[in-house]
Amino acid sequence: MLLAALLALVYSPPAARAAANTPGLGKPISPSDLKAWDITVLPDGTGLPPGSGTAAQGAKLFDDKCALCHGQGAKGGIANMLIGNPSLTAHGIASNKTIANFWGQSTTLFDYIRRAMPWPAPRILSDDDVYALCAYLLAGNKLIPEDEPMNAQTLPKVKMPNRDNFIIKFPDRI
Amino acid sequence: MRKRRSSAAPPLEEIAGNGLLHRRALLSGGIVLAGAMASGAAATQAAAEPLKDPPWSLQPGDVTPVLQTPSRFEKNVVRILSNPKGEPRTQHARAPLQYLDGTITPNPLHFTILHSGIPDIDPAAHRFVIHGMVREPLEYTVEALLRYPLVTRKHFVECGGNSAGMFSNAPLQATVQQLHGLVSCAEWTGIPLSTILDEAGTDPKATWMIAEGADSLLVNRSVPLQKGYEDAMIALYQNGERLMPGNGYPMRLLLPGFEGNMNTKFLRRILITDQPAMTFYETRNYSPLLPDGKAYRFYFIDEVKSFITKPSFGMNLKEPGYYEISGIAYSGTGTITKVLVSADGGKSWGEAAVEGPAAPKAFTRFRMPWRWDGQPAIITSRAWDDSGAVQPLRADFVAKRGETEEPVKSPYGFPNQHYNSLTCWGVDAKGQIKHVYV
Repeated sequence: MLLAALLALVYSPPAARAAANTPGLGKPISPSDLKAWDITVLPDGTGLPPGSGTAAQGAKLFDDKCALCHGQGAKGGIANMLIGNPSLTAHGIASNKTIANFWGQSTTLFDYIRRAMPWPAPRILSDDDVYALCAYLLAGNKLIPEDEPMNAQTLPKVKMPNRDNFIIKFPDRI
Repeated sequence: MRKRRSSAAPPLEEIAGNGLLHRRALLSGGIVLAGAMASGAAATQAAAEPLKDPPWSLQPGDVTPVLQTPSRFEKNVVRILSNPKGEPRTQHARAPLQYLDGTITPNPLHFTILHSGIPDIDPAAHRFVIHGMVREPLEYTVEALLRYPLVTRKHFVECGGNSAGMFSNAPLQATVQQLHGLVSCAEWTGIPLSTILDEAGTDPKATWMIAEGADSLLVNRSVPLQKGYEDAMIALYQNGERLMPGNGYPMRLLLPGFEGNMNTKFLRRILITDQPAMTFYETRNYSPLLPDGKAYRFYFIDEVKSFITKPSFGMNLKEPGYYEISGIAYSGTGTITKVLVSADGGKSWGEAAVEGPAAPKAFTRFRMPWRWDGQPAIITSRAWDDSGAVQPLRADFVAKRGETEEPVKSPYGFPNQHYNSLTCWGVDAKGQIKHVYV
């Protein structure tokens, strides 16, 4: 009987074999049903939505929604400094890692602000708001001109100064 | 006729300096006791008094509860909270490893880190989706996942920032729990992730998966897809019961040997891609800074490490005599094969008994019998794994990774990440234990 079962497994057609090997209890889901959760932004700009915002718009939003934790002018408070460019060796291996002195990709800003901020009420910001906050923080850190709007085309092109100072720790694991 | 074993115990051989004994002493209490007595530890034998029944033996005990909790005499065996009032920042709960033994961390004591509190997730309403570079995007309910063939494996999970206080240029006077409490080990039961990856059908050109949780920050991390096929698991059970809420209920990603933050809790989505997302946590917190201002990226693995949990800072030795030195060893690159212990600050080493069979990427308990002669001693441990990795000595570690310029004041800060060098406990002639560097 065991032999028969084994033979059946070996000689069944490929489709049936796949069905027999895994339970297949996942339900196909359409892109439109996935939309609200499909928020990951990749360094090449994949996933950035339509919309646009400027540093001036972002400054106002920052005062309203962010300054309570990140401090006036984003200089830091109970949460991280967001505008500021201290030396990465100022305090040796414990130096403050900021957007200006450390982050390797500009797209991380959009991905993280949209998914996680403001901390007490995440995902209340519109995509335009998030672009505006990206522009405010990048301009404040002198990484873009004050008047350059951020959008799906401009944001991924922003060159972060520290991008080439990373060493991949375990290249064979990637 | 079987030869009767001699009742005269052979003298115990010291295998390394300052009283480390051969591990065979652990197999025979008689030998050890004889040794201890010979060293003048008879003081432990207080004059006996006539026995009588204590109060709890004279009347029936308490009503049985539905959920057991430890004895009221074990009240100090609790986690240490970094943010007990739930202020708007991360909450760390450190495991009291110095009070535990064996290799499993009980669920209520398992370390947790929550960046925005513990979400109160209804498993009936929780959904998990896999999409991106797949043949077919799929959505799963928890109920459906519970019907899958499950596997059980013992693995440690360690925060990439565990032991960060050890980067201090002067030794922090702190307990094992304060220094190393962001690691725990459990028996996890769940679905090999490869099963789900196969059902969705990943594109041959895909190389990464971006895992995301259902917490309010939707914490996300990029994981090499090869890890997903190697030994990743969607964990549903922790030490036989469903996951603790703080550990990711109703389901989490388990990536054996990879830093805790990547083991996405409250797993709700996996996006299959051909590039990492460079999420906030991999961009900033978990890219350790090096002394020259460069930084490591994708420091996934918690490398081979060990520390002595008993005796340790906070547990002073009352008198000379016999003690068991015991601790934990683990490695994100394999199975612990050897642990050496020293009682003279690394001048001489003896091989500890490693309780087996050791499991890969899991806690391994080591034990070393020790006869303390009342003189100053420095006890420490060093571990090896089957990949050939060895726990680095502090001088070598600091030469490469650096240490702080000023002494670290709090064991709860994170001056850097991924410390895996030695921990040394200095015992003075009074039996007081301090944290020391050698």
